[in-house]
Amino acid sequence: MTDLSSNIQQVIEGEDVALFMKGTPQMVMCGNSLRALEALRRAGAPVTAVDVLPDPAIRQELSAQSGWPTIPQVFVGGELIGGADIVEELEASGDLERTLEEKLGPDYRDEREEKTLAVTSFAAP
Amino acid sequence: MATDRLRTLLEQAFPDAGELEVQDRTGTGDHFQVTVASPRFAGLALIDQHRLVNDALAGPLADGTIHELRIRTKGTQ
Repeated sequence: MTDLSSNIQQVIEGEDVALFMKGTPQMVMCGNSLRALEALRRAGAPVTAVDVLPDPAIRQELSAQSGWPTIPQVFVGGELIGGADIVEELEASGDLERTLEEKLGPDYRDEREEKTLAVTSFAAP
Repeated sequence: MATDRLRTLLEQAFPDAGELEVQDRTGTGDHFQVTVASPRFAGLALIDQHRLVNDALAGPLADGTIHELRIRTKGTQ
């Protein structure tokens, strides 16, 4: 396993809510990434963002691991939830907060802290 | 052109679709909204419904035809 693939796996498995997106929460580079981020924020999710743009290999490796072809990708408790459309639909039905509570516990909002991680050594922080 | 290709792929994957729409959101042939209503989705989790659509469109997703894809699925009886 390459460093990149194990780094991606570590983020997916180690972070409560992992959002693989184009850009960063501070500078979002894609409308769908923004939709997913905002839905997660409204649900009070502790988002860990990973920018896939610094290296095309990130996206290739991520999609190989998840079996999901597009960006963004949202993982909760190590499990793929979906992309922007699904996260918004889950939010509308109330299932997004239910899923967060089920996977992270009822107090998941308390640890709300947005952070950004890089999965390549040369990626911008 | 790309719109027709996507529609054909979805029609092949969901021959029983009651509703099937492919919309070119930006008029540039690379940002799409697809809507599919099919009995195949009934009882499936949203993510599995979307996986079926992604699978049907794997070709244009992989070759870069689709730059952005929005999916709306509906399970029908």
